[in-house]
Amino acid sequence: MNALDAQGQAGLVMGALWDPMLLMATVTFVVVVGVLLWAIFRRRGGNEAPDDPTRDRSLGRVVGVGVLLTTLVLLVCLGLDISVGRAITATPGKDAVQIRVTGHQWWWEVHYRDLVPQRWVTTANEIHVPVGRPVVIELRSTDVIHSFWPPELTGKRDLIPGKTNSLWLQADRPGEYRGQCAEFCGHQHAKMAFLVVAEPADSFAHWLETQRDTALTPSDSLTRRGQEVFLASSCPMCHAISGTPAGSRVGPDLTHLASRRTIAAGTLRNTRGNLAGWIIDPQSIKPGAKMPPNELSPADLEALLAYLETLR
Amino acid sequence: MKTDELEPGRLPATVDELVPQLEATWHQEPTFLGWLRSVDHKSIATRYIATAFVFFLLAGLEAAAMRAQLSRPENRILGPDAYNQFFTMHGTTMMFLFAVPIMQAVGLYLVPLMIGARNVAFPKLNAYGYWVYLFGGVFLYVMFFLNTGPDAGWFAYVPLSGPAFSPGKRVDVWAQAITFTEIAALVASVELIVTTFKNRAPGMTLNRMPLFVWAMLVQSFMVLFAMPWVATASQFLAMDRLVGTHFFNPVEGGDALLWQHLFWFFGHPEVYIIFIPALGMVSAIVTTFTGRQVLGYSAMVLSMIATGVLGFGLWVHHMFATGLPQMGESFFTASSLMIAIPSGIQIFCWLATIWAGRPRLTVPFLFVAGFVVLFIIGGFTGVMIASVPFDQVVHDTYFIVAHFHYVLIGGAVFPLFGAFYYWFPKITGRQLSERLGRWNFWLFFLGMNVTFFPMHLLGFEGMPRRVYTYLPETGWGDLNLLASAGATMIAFSVLLFLVNVVRALRSGIPAGNDPWGGDTLEWAASSPPRPYNFPIIPVVDGQGPLWRHPVELPGVAGLRTDVREVLVTTLLDAEPDSRHRHPPPTIWPLLAAIGTTILFVTLIFTPWGVVIGMPLLFLAFLGWAWPRGRDHREQVAIEQEVRPAEARP
Repeated sequence: MNALDAQGQAGLVMGALWDPMLLMATVTFVVVVGVLLWAIFRRRGGNEAPDDPTRDRSLGRVVGVGVLLTTLVLLVCLGLDISVGRAITATPGKDAVQIRVTGHQWWWEVHYRDLVPQRWVTTANEIHVPVGRPVVIELRSTDVIHSFWPPELTGKRDLIPGKTNSLWLQADRPGEYRGQCAEFCGHQHAKMAFLVVAEPADSFAHWLETQRDTALTPSDSLTRRGQEVFLASSCPMCHAISGTPAGSRVGPDLTHLASRRTIAAGTLRNTRGNLAGWIIDPQSIKPGAKMPPNELSPADLEALLAYLETLR
Repeated sequence: MKTDELEPGRLPATVDELVPQLEATWHQEPTFLGWLRSVDHKSIATRYIATAFVFFLLAGLEAAAMRAQLSRPENRILGPDAYNQFFTMHGTTMMFLFAVPIMQAVGLYLVPLMIGARNVAFPKLNAYGYWVYLFGGVFLYVMFFLNTGPDAGWFAYVPLSGPAFSPGKRVDVWAQAITFTEIAALVASVELIVTTFKNRAPGMTLNRMPLFVWAMLVQSFMVLFAMPWVATASQFLAMDRLVGTHFFNPVEGGDALLWQHLFWFFGHPEVYIIFIPALGMVSAIVTTFTGRQVLGYSAMVLSMIATGVLGFGLWVHHMFATGLPQMGESFFTASSLMIAIPSGIQIFCWLATIWAGRPRLTVPFLFVAGFVVLFIIGGFTGVMIASVPFDQVVHDTYFIVAHFHYVLIGGAVFPLFGAFYYWFPKITGRQLSERLGRWNFWLFFLGMNVTFFPMHLLGFEGMPRRVYTYLPETGWGDLNLLASAGATMIAFSVLLFLVNVVRALRSGIPAGNDPWGGDTLEWAASSPPRPYNFPIIPVVDGQGPLWRHPVELPGVAGLRTDVREVLVTTLLDAEPDSRHRHPPPTIWPLLAAIGTTILFVTLIFTPWGVVIGMPLLFLAFLGWAWPRGRDHREQVAIEQEVRPAEARP
């Protein structure tokens, strides 16, 4: 992950703005430090008296030229800023994918809305986007201020309670791009990451369609037992699984949990072992997180994990 | 000596007769009580500097703990709860308890000496300012050690710092602790402005003032205009938290962004409040060690004033990611770029001065050279992040951490260390070791770059600020380890400085009045200066009075020496205007500060704090302002005296 080899808008910013600014800064730095060293060492050893103050006038002119050059460089910077700024804020066309991202302490809720409410897709911490198409992301927060930032795709924008922000991005290459909350938001600001998954248009459409499905009804006794454990424990106080009575919106929607690459907001790979550890003792993984520890018997945990793994 | 025996207004005939009288009149008892009662600007400024330096060390230890935690991914030295307190304390301490106070403290020590005054304009208020600052800092650290240290960042963004998301007293402690420092900063700025305007030696017209005095003057005006904003904001926050107002609660019609506007309208000038005194220190050091006046006096002064004014027009560049209208943001880009011009002018003027002078590579001068190099790097990254699109990439990442540490350490701490080496002989009468000083400088310079340069790259790699840890797969481990190694070097360099100070205090070479061959008036006073600073108030006829009159300074007579009388001069031309009597040592400023502390601290816990604290404060101020019998009668007598009294020899 590195903004220096970013694509899309961030790539434009780094190419059209950072590169020339770095060049100007480097040249000026070398010149000024060079003059400083020369000024210090040119008389060292010799016993000459300081320059005659009557020479101040010509020195003053040199200072004036330096100030003029500085001003010119700054004007060039201003011009670059404004032109790049216009280029990246130009609103994308109507074919843009619309996604709503809501910040929570300390995870990201993602909605793909639709005219038909039943077709809304709700997921968490993983944003799928089609390659080569602009994506408009609407940013909201329900608690404190967060900031949305996938460094390889775009600059950041804050999620501010009481205000709706938006930004757009476009992934030119398929891949997984990590992003992380950039505004200090409390205990687990450090572990509030997300993944942008850019994929070709058809696999994106396929993904969206599967996400619209409700969860499968458990078919064997183990997963049936797992669903019972889920519904009987404290899980449904916060989590929703569509097609079951669990419908709380406090924590991430788990309807398609097993299809996600990570859990705990980009903190752990989504493996059976990690999931078990996260369910039993989330506070040692993300101290201060809102998820409470769960005491489950080994058999119950086994069943619960088996059930959760069916949520594809 | 019984002063009553002296006929009021009688003047001693010679300096020899004058000095014992001045010694007796301005005497400060060498007891602990005498120390508590002191109203001498040097005594107060020295303890101010020492206190601020202790806070610098504490904030440094906090930084060391954070660097230890971040040296490896998923480290468990500090958990999130501790880490959030540590970084909040680091920022709050560095900004409110170290940087601003120490700059003002150096000003409170030097300005009266540089302008040929006997003390600051309001000696009791000055003492009060220090005590309030001390108690505020102690209060904050006591709460921190009780695990009630603030943990919402030194910027305390709402709603995170609001009642819903920061229950408990931690943020209240922050809001109230900075209230103490706001009062202290305002007091010091009033002292410095009035002293500079009304107590300059005769003949020191505004355009003959040393550049350092100009820097402190500009800084003081900035404090005067900036502090009320953070005071307002922090009181709004305290009211939201303690009495249920909704200034920042969006659900009830408040606005979360209002906090950011108010905070940064103070917070950005704050950077220049720290930086401008450093410019004055650099000018003083450059002058002395190149053996000539800084080229372009008017350009330097106007640049500092321009920086002071423009500093108030940049605050939105801290908010480029909040989604404000682009047109408005462009305005702040332009103003943020513009402020580079006065900084550029000053750097060019110093370079030209060094070029035309004959530089002596002493330790203070080394620190100034280091300042130029580091400050340019910080300045360039500053120009870069003035750009909205680029800032949206690096905002709130380690790139910004790198940027402002280059600006603040390079731009303010390096000149400050230069100033320590430069003025230490004046304050203590002893020389610091140049050899240790060179080690101090090079370790600091290298350590600073090793610590903070890699952070630019970490920012590009996506590492956000204020994270207590990071995952191994992010790949940030190596650069973080490097940064932590650099922090160790900085710690060693500061340790060397402490060793140097202790050694110098024990067995340093006596400095004499003017060890460096300086040009400003403080070098005419003894080292350390006597409580009255100068036996005879000097008369100034140009810039750099000591170089103009290497043998003996011209002076002015006519001030009484049997009471603490000081000369008041006119604002522009420093013509003698009137005589003003200063108070003797008094305990009331300390008592008033204790009353203030009781009021502020109890208010966090109960509204009855007003009922408990206000009467105490009132009593303390009553005692403070109570007219003392003999002094009062004498003043009246002088006023009723026939005018020709002033025409006596």
